Amino acid sequence: MKASIMTSIVLLTGFLSFGQTAEERGLQIAKAAEEADLGFGSSSVTLKMTLKNKNGQSSERFLETKTLELTEDGDKSLIVFNSPKDVKGTATLTFTHKVGSDDQWLYLPSIARVKRISSNNKSGPFVGSEFAYEDLSSQEVEKYTYKFIKEEGSNLIVEQDPVDPKSGYTRRLVTYNKDKGYRIEKIEFYDRKNALLKTLTYSGYKLYQDKFWRASTFHMVNHQSNKETLLEFSDYNFEVSLSEDDFSQVALKRAGS
Amino acid sequence: METKKKVNHDLEFELEAEYRYFYDAPQFSEQLDHYPSIAFRPAYSTDWKDGYERINFKGFVRWDRDDSRTHWDIRELYFQKAKNNWELSAGLKKIYWGVAESNHLVDIINQTDAVESFDGEEKLGQPMVQFSWITNHWGTFDFFYLPIHRKRTFPGEEGRLRFGTVIDRDDLRYESGAEAWRQDFAIRWKYFVGAFDIGLSHFYGNGREPLFVFTPAGDIDAFYPVINQTGLDLQITHNAFLWKLESIHRHADAQDFVALVAGLEYTFSNIDGNGLDIGLLGEYLYDERDELALTALQNDVFFGSRVAFNDIQDTSILFGGIKDLEQSSTIFSIEASRRFGSSWTAEIEARIFSNIDNSELILSNFENDSFLRLRVSRFF
Repeated sequence: MKASIMTSIVLLTGFLSFGQTAEERGLQIAKAAEEADLGFGSSSVTLKMTLKNKNGQSSERFLETKTLELTEDGDKSLIVFNSPKDVKGTATLTFTHKVGSDDQWLYLPSIARVKRISSNNKSGPFVGSEFAYEDLSSQEVEKYTYKFIKEEGSNLIVEQDPVDPKSGYTRRLVTYNKDKGYRIEKIEFYDRKNALLKTLTYSGYKLYQDKFWRASTFHMVNHQSNKETLLEFSDYNFEVSLSEDDFSQVALKRAGS
Repeated sequence: METKKKVNHDLEFELEAEYRYFYDAPQFSEQLDHYPSIAFRPAYSTDWKDGYERINFKGFVRWDRDDSRTHWDIRELYFQKAKNNWELSAGLKKIYWGVAESNHLVDIINQTDAVESFDGEEKLGQPMVQFSWITNHWGTFDFFYLPIHRKRTFPGEEGRLRFGTVIDRDDLRYESGAEAWRQDFAIRWKYFVGAFDIGLSHFYGNGREPLFVFTPAGDIDAFYPVINQTGLDLQITHNAFLWKLESIHRHADAQDFVALVAGLEYTFSNIDGNGLDIGLLGEYLYDERDELALTALQNDVFFGSRVAFNDIQDTSILFGGIKDLEQSSTIFSIEASRRFGSSWTAEIEARIFSNIDNSELILSNFENDSFLRLRVSRFF
């Protein structure tokens, strides 16, 4: 898998001189970004989510996320809620697929029930935030088609059109920083009517293990509702050495108990 | 590594005020209309070795006007160790099996806390040793050793939702000579492939449901039989559809029957672009025991809707009804909940027994027991 991506990058780079289409260059950038982030294996992080409404009132949630990198298919992830206290222990397990819908289970601690849930609801808000489920799921190259728009200094702006008709967006404008391992600086989301809906800005980037850029802050602003959500990440750990065993339904129950 | 040595502690409390109001005059003497109540739920957990070893505790105590509903329990108190593809738990624990919403047939490990809630979802802590083995290709196997049986608690003389004769928990006998100390076992296989989630289980031991025998004098003779119960639960998750099936076969010397619940759930998600989800639920319930089914769900349909606002307060509403297909009996229900601030929640529940047929052996006792319940909880 790794080899084939490398090969395609070499091939695509070769095509540059022959006049590359905007679609080809867009895909090339997305693949370069994926390639730059390959090999992290597994990671864990805690995050604070702050929801703000248009009157400035805010509420907070604390979550813990574990991710397992898979190359043949999409990543696996486990999210556990630590607050608000009435939902403490509620947890989700997601198996992302490069093609087709993801598999997702929800653990409800009050009745100790694991429930398989539909991953059909991509455009809906994640726990009342301005992040849709699709904004937080593993970003696989296969989930979009691409078109290179323009270059501004070290920034490359690429339009991404979701393949899945259930997506809440017609397109996303993604700004990659080619000098910093193709990390994403900003995403603008356009709704189904092609009106600007949200802007997500990444800041406080840190380099882990000399290879992996991770932002400490995600700031999502909804331009239509004037609501905002801030995600603040802390305690990034790339040395947890998690395995498939940490992403089973048994592990999901354990995480929420 | 430093993280390996770290021990985490977590202590939390929930204090709940509850008010139940039964608006119809009671059918039996001593029963009341208003039931104010208070519950307290402490929870403590500690883990070490990056969470692969832990001790969890969940306690429960309630004070109510019905003496039988004034009760306490250790819901959970167990040690757990996980390593690679196995997990071992020992102590009092709660296990949930199944996929359906209107009836929980295959779920058998824990005794139901029958005075705590009408829906049967509140359970007593069950002493057990559980060993889970996760294979690469053949799913997960769970083995349970259950050294002691816990009896069900029934409402007392002052309580609603009871039979004409008050059932004293201690009057219920066991078929087994070992009584509560009969050593019971259960096994469950859980497998997932693509859209399919399948569970197969077998339980051998003291039944959780007492068997009721109505004597000619009108008394109830009740005992816990030794049962063999095989259960199947299946869910197919396809786009916005969840197709569900639960079925059991229970065999005892005095009883042999099958029961099933089959249905679907379909969710219209993010209808307004603002997160509003509306789910539609429909389930068919069958029980071969007919009118002796303690759940009174022998040939019924359940229909309902789940509305989730996906807002900051997690506002949600579940409403529906269970309609008997042969008689007029219908039970309507509504449950709504919402969070206030970061540490308060409020919940409203109503159950309405409508047109209960006089020939219903179980439900006819509850025909005047429609109720409203209001709960406010504060989390510390």
